[in-house]
Amino acid sequence: MKNWWKIASVLLISYSIVWGFLGEVPRLPILNETIRNLYFHVVMWFAMLGMMIASLHGSLLYLSKNTRKYDLNAVQYAETGMVFATLGLLTGMVWANFTWGAPWTDDPKLNGTAITMIIYMAYFILRGSIEDPEKKARISAVYNIFAFVLMIVFIGILPRLTDSLHPGNGGNPGFNNYDMDSNLRMVFYPAVVGWIMMGVWVSRVKIRLKVIQDQIKSKQDEIYDSIK
Amino acid sequence: MTLSAQAQRPEVEMADTFRSEGKIYVVVAVALIIFLGMVVYLVSIDRKVKKLEEEQSN
Repeated sequence: MKNWWKIASVLLISYSIVWGFLGEVPRLPILNETIRNLYFHVVMWFAMLGMMIASLHGSLLYLSKNTRKYDLNAVQYAETGMVFATLGLLTGMVWANFTWGAPWTDDPKLNGTAITMIIYMAYFILRGSIEDPEKKARISAVYNIFAFVLMIVFIGILPRLTDSLHPGNGGNPGFNNYDMDSNLRMVFYPAVVGWIMMGVWVSRVKIRLKVIQDQIKSKQDEIYDSIK
Repeated sequence: MTLSAQAQRPEVEMADTFRSEGKIYVVVAVALIIFLGMVVYLVSIDRKVKKLEEEQSN
């Protein structure tokens, strides 16, 4: 059963949808029932972080092993990470409009996220601007390491040094102040694991397609060479 | 104020009536059907890719 993790992913996310709506949540003013967005909105960011770690892993392996496979992994996980980031941003804007009164505030976490997304967009632009595949893979792998470090600074460190509307920031050490009680954790963490596995699944499908594309291209090149 | 103190404050408005009428199950069912539908679609794409891989290796 080598696809067990795909099944696990579906089960975990299904559980988070069912129990996310049915389970007990803390009764907090202003937030009211929207606290349940924790299971969806915040999870998108954790899934993005998971994808970016996988992408970094791909880049590091590429630099040490020089195999195209790892370059494909690095790009694809970064791409999926950007999808999660976009979903996180959009859902965050809906939630912020309700709780903070505006879809976009000067919150350091929001601005840090925006900068992070631009940094990763630059990664794709950089790749698109280099013709030679080896050079493309090598230079973008180095840039990707740099992008990851900046992401940690912009969304993990800087928002904690100043005041932020986000819980767990503004001098707070982090998760324990997240107003997370055991009811929330019981759904939140399984959802994070489920969505990360879902991200890996989707990414793997796209990576496999790219491998097939490569194979078709090299077969075509062989045919062209033989008729020349 | 600690979380447990907040949790016990009954004046915070939650969708208690909505829940007691069982309408939350409608929401859960709809969300779950959409999610599982997307999963079925993903599985079919996954299978198609697998078929392509097998064709390529021949």
